[in-house]
Amino acid sequence: MSRPVELPRWMEIGALPLVNLMMALAVCSVVLALVGLAPQQVFTMLLRGAFGSAAGWSYTLFYATTFIFTGLAVAVAFHGGLFNIGGEGQAMIGGLGCSLAALFLGEHWPAAILLPVMVLAAMVGGALWAAIPAALQAWRGSHIVITTIMFNFIASALMAWLLVGPLKAPGSMMVETAAFPAAARMPSLHQILNDVGIEWPRTPLNLTALIALGAAIAVGIFLWRTRTGYELRTVGFSPDAAHYAGIRSRRQIVLGMLISGGLAGLVGINELAGAQHRLLLDYVLGAGFTGIAVSLIGRNHPFGIVLASILFGALYQGGAELAFELPGFSRDMVTTLQGLIVLFSGAMAYVAAPALGRLHRLVRPEHLPSTGLQTQGSQRTTQSGQRDG
Amino acid sequence: MTSREPAPDWVVPAVQMAAISKRFGAVQANQAISLSVAAGSIHGIVGENGAGKSTLMAILYGFTQADSGTIAIHGQPVEISDSRTAIGFGIGMVHQHFLLVESLSALDNILLGAEPDWQLHRARARVRGQLEALIRETGLQVDLDARVADLPVGERQRLEILKALLRGARILILDEPTAVLTPQETEQLFVTLRRLRASGTTILVITHKLKEIMALCDAVTVLRAGEVVFDGPIAQCSLDQLAHAMVGRRVRLERQASVPAEPVGEVLLAAENLVWKDGAGVERVAGVTFALRSGEIVGIAGVAGNGQSELLALLSGMLKPQTGRLRLGTSTLDATDWIDPSMARRLRLAHVPEDRHRFGVVLPFATWENAVLGYQRSRRFASAWGWMRRKVARTATATMLETYDVRPPQADLRTSKFSGGNQQKLVLAREALAPEQSPQVLLVGQPTRGVDIGAIEFIHGRLRAMRDARGAVLLVSSELDEILALSDRVLVMNQGTIVGELAIEDCTESALGRLMAGVGAERVAPRQASAREIPG
Amino acid sequence: MDEAQLTSLFASTLRVSTPLIFCALAGLLSERSGVIDLGLEGKMLLSAFAAGAAGAVTGSLTLALATALLVGMAMSMLHGYACVSHRGDQVVLGIALTMTAAGLSIVLGIAWFKQGGQTPPLPDTVRVGPWWLGHNALVYLALAMVPAIWFLLYRTTLGLRLRATGENPAMVDAAGLSVKALRYGALACNGLLCGLAGSYLVLAQGANFSPHMTAGRGYMALAAMIFGKWHPLGALGACILFGFLDAVAIRLQGVPLPPELGGGAVPVQAIQALPYLMTVILLAGFMGHARAPAALGIPYVKER
Repeated sequence: MSRPVELPRWMEIGALPLVNLMMALAVCSVVLALVGLAPQQVFTMLLRGAFGSAAGWSYTLFYATTFIFTGLAVAVAFHGGLFNIGGEGQAMIGGLGCSLAALFLGEHWPAAILLPVMVLAAMVGGALWAAIPAALQAWRGSHIVITTIMFNFIASALMAWLLVGPLKAPGSMMVETAAFPAAARMPSLHQILNDVGIEWPRTPLNLTALIALGAAIAVGIFLWRTRTGYELRTVGFSPDAAHYAGIRSRRQIVLGMLISGGLAGLVGINELAGAQHRLLLDYVLGAGFTGIAVSLIGRNHPFGIVLASILFGALYQGGAELAFELPGFSRDMVTTLQGLIVLFSGAMAYVAAPALGRLHRLVRPEHLPSTGLQTQGSQRTTQSGQRDG
Repeated sequence: MTSREPAPDWVVPAVQMAAISKRFGAVQANQAISLSVAAGSIHGIVGENGAGKSTLMAILYGFTQADSGTIAIHGQPVEISDSRTAIGFGIGMVHQHFLLVESLSALDNILLGAEPDWQLHRARARVRGQLEALIRETGLQVDLDARVADLPVGERQRLEILKALLRGARILILDEPTAVLTPQETEQLFVTLRRLRASGTTILVITHKLKEIMALCDAVTVLRAGEVVFDGPIAQCSLDQLAHAMVGRRVRLERQASVPAEPVGEVLLAAENLVWKDGAGVERVAGVTFALRSGEIVGIAGVAGNGQSELLALLSGMLKPQTGRLRLGTSTLDATDWIDPSMARRLRLAHVPEDRHRFGVVLPFATWENAVLGYQRSRRFASAWGWMRRKVARTATATMLETYDVRPPQADLRTSKFSGGNQQKLVLAREALAPEQSPQVLLVGQPTRGVDIGAIEFIHGRLRAMRDARGAVLLVSSELDEILALSDRVLVMNQGTIVGELAIEDCTESALGRLMAGVGAERVAPRQASAREIPG
Repeated sequence: MDEAQLTSLFASTLRVSTPLIFCALAGLLSERSGVIDLGLEGKMLLSAFAAGAAGAVTGSLTLALATALLVGMAMSMLHGYACVSHRGDQVVLGIALTMTAAGLSIVLGIAWFKQGGQTPPLPDTVRVGPWWLGHNALVYLALAMVPAIWFLLYRTTLGLRLRATGENPAMVDAAGLSVKALRYGALACNGLLCGLAGSYLVLAQGANFSPHMTAGRGYMALAAMIFGKWHPLGALGACILFGFLDAVAIRLQGVPLPPELGGGAVPVQAIQALPYLMTVILLAGFMGHARAPAALGIPYVKER
């Protein structure tokens, strides 16, 4: 992804993403107005729905957990220089993995062993699904964006076949498996709190949220504290320097994608072991794409991703509440906002940069951006990309 | 080798450039250059890299504008604001790196941008007729219907010339035309150029190859450091004169600081018959054999593009040779089982790459992260489990920054914020200090490119210190000054081989100049490489 | 299979392939000029919605078509603004367009028509009815666009310039042509074609818009374009193939598999997944070489 403008660091991390977010919200407000809703009212109610009650909070955090996984997946791949759009498919196959473990081992093994095994199975499932596109990119040069999108569709078809066929719950008309045995269910928050005597409304929020936080910390440690993370980031920034440093780029690419897929696969634990307690179709519901938005606003950093995930969790939960209360509102408004965020924070991230740079220079004239090319020639392109392409 | 008589004075020169000056930031690329090219002649523009030839021609072709000075074409003063205008004045340019669409045919490539009809087959038919006439006239054989991807380099070049001629070029600029040609193709080109000259076309040839200038041109202008140092008809000069003019009074007699205290020791690195072919099958390194001994600095001189960069890349493990052997310390490596960069470091070979931005550092990384680049697998900076020893790395970085006077000495600052000189010092510091055992052999390419004066002396001092500590340094530089200031021995490369070896005392301007220009060595010349990006 | 079944299969194939053909050609033009288009799905979807909404509100076929084309164009112009003028990441933009279109079409649909995101069914006067041999004009338009685009790309000088832009924009720039203008032009046609695809879904194949009705067809069209090696005739062949597979899939439901393959029925999902699988195999280089335009996806920066 190109970075044409040199802005001071604080602007790049703080101001620019905020500006982009504002632009997305502004366009969103226009859409709201178009459908006859008052933007202010909508946003207030949304916040209330997301954070105004214990149930609201819980749902918000439940959704956030899923987004943390997919957001981390996109981020890890991105640090290796790749765009993993296959989060949807990888989450599906991850869910498949943990469901298989639950259904086939659940009767015999205690939760203390089964749950970690399910977590592992979910990661393995997701990683496996990312492995083929990764290998194809590394060794055959096949564009990973297209292969991962294709794999999303193939995963859908695979799941559909499994759920109407081999894995279908016997005697049921529903397209889903039998319910998971008790040992294969992730303890939910209200259960835990009720056990210690605290009243808490019944929500899908479960222990996986802690796993998600742990994953975020683990990814942060991996990327910036381990040698492998260092090598991955080197490949992502500069394959040439990686070669110079004796790093095998191909292996790093595949490794990055495996980790990415594994993270996406954990969505299965949250949604299936934690909430649905069975394998069904369509439980990912676009979380893979939300992960892209989350990672973009979160600047591909675990901390930002956790915050952005909470933001999107709030949007989803607040959106659900709004859909109840406001007749004109539908949850698809959230999808629209999500798309707008990807648009402004992703594709058009640096459109505002020259303007911000000029603003900065107006305020602090001594801080001229350090462009690499200092020329007097009228034809040369400056690094701010002012020339038309 | 007869050259035409220069045109009589009363014939208006095709190109007259008067007092052209151009500055790029801190660099004065052209300084009051005046140049007169007789109509219907072949005029050579000669100089080393950085002498200003490309800038001058870019001004003539409209890619950039001079800060001051005037240009007249066929006696008419002109303003050349862009390349379209230049084409309008009959100026055509054949670039060193061809601008062609490989998947299209030769005819389509010529056609693009100058189509006489909106329907392709009609446009092709019209242009084909014109082109076939041109081909007959000039002898520029090009298979118009072949795909460019299938055409050999020489034919592609003819294609570019045809393209310029079709657009009405009467003044043709050729930028390093023989850089990509075999000797046979070069001869063919010369035949073509002479024919063009006979038909009245004025030709400007930018080159650094003196032999070719003598064989082809009617007049020559030699540039050095942005200024004209020689200008006149070929008949009035000799090869030696040209070599001297190009290289100039470079030999610095004050080398007292550089004289090594002890004589050289055992062989630390020995290369045997290294051969490397690029993707197109051109031999860029055509059988190089040499040895590097403890306690010496060996400089490789030569005009850029003659295989030095590739040699450095081979020795550091970034490229694999087709044949050859390498002895590093006690290990012997064959071409089939070549060294790779991490192995090289384990064998105590350090490498400061020529292109530091691309290979030497990761610009967005913090400085301490770059300080371990390449050494991230050593036990010193990472535990067996893969945990990076940040504290150790930071301390090591602090030492590096201090010892090598890198400013500002902030280990957490992004490397992109450092000036070029400080980045280079960082790279050098890393290669010298990061290994657990200090390196025995240091390969260094362009150590002071883009580095300010103050840092240059410092870097030179460190290189000498390495030599004095019984290490060996292999230095590749396009700055002859630098080679002469540092080296104990100088090897000159030309067209992929070492054409000469001189002890520093024997390095005179003419001796070096002749070797660098490809004169004075009996060799079956393989194809010449074109300057392009290669690792190291 | 008897003649009636074959004819019906052929007809189904054409029906299903038509939107794919429009989209694949749209993607082709864009990518041949060097701009990746992952927003085909979104452009088709939003245009479909526009056609359905405009048709229901105005009761005019012409206006419905015009609106769809306009919306397609607008999205492509946004594409150009972000990626050509501002060198934004083309992949991210495509995904953004698709996500936004998916949400926006439903939001506006619910707000304006209150039928859960659907637009009201359109009467026959506002639809493109059967014209010849039982197929409507848009089907024939799609088929006609194939030789038209082929002619444009390979028989006109404009087409030559466009193709060169996707291979070596520096060369086109040096020849004095505007890379920007050529890319924007390709995107404009791309928008129109996507608009036609969306129109077809609502004004010809169906009678209204329903949420997510494109169902991944935009990506299938992309796959078809790649499978067709970025050539109009290849894209047509691939689209017909994918359409055929789709038509066959419905008919294959319940057909028993021979016992050697385990008995049971042919999984319809396998056939559904087939186009995507084939694209992956192609990209892996196992089905011949797919060479994308050399400068695809690389934003062009004027060097001088």
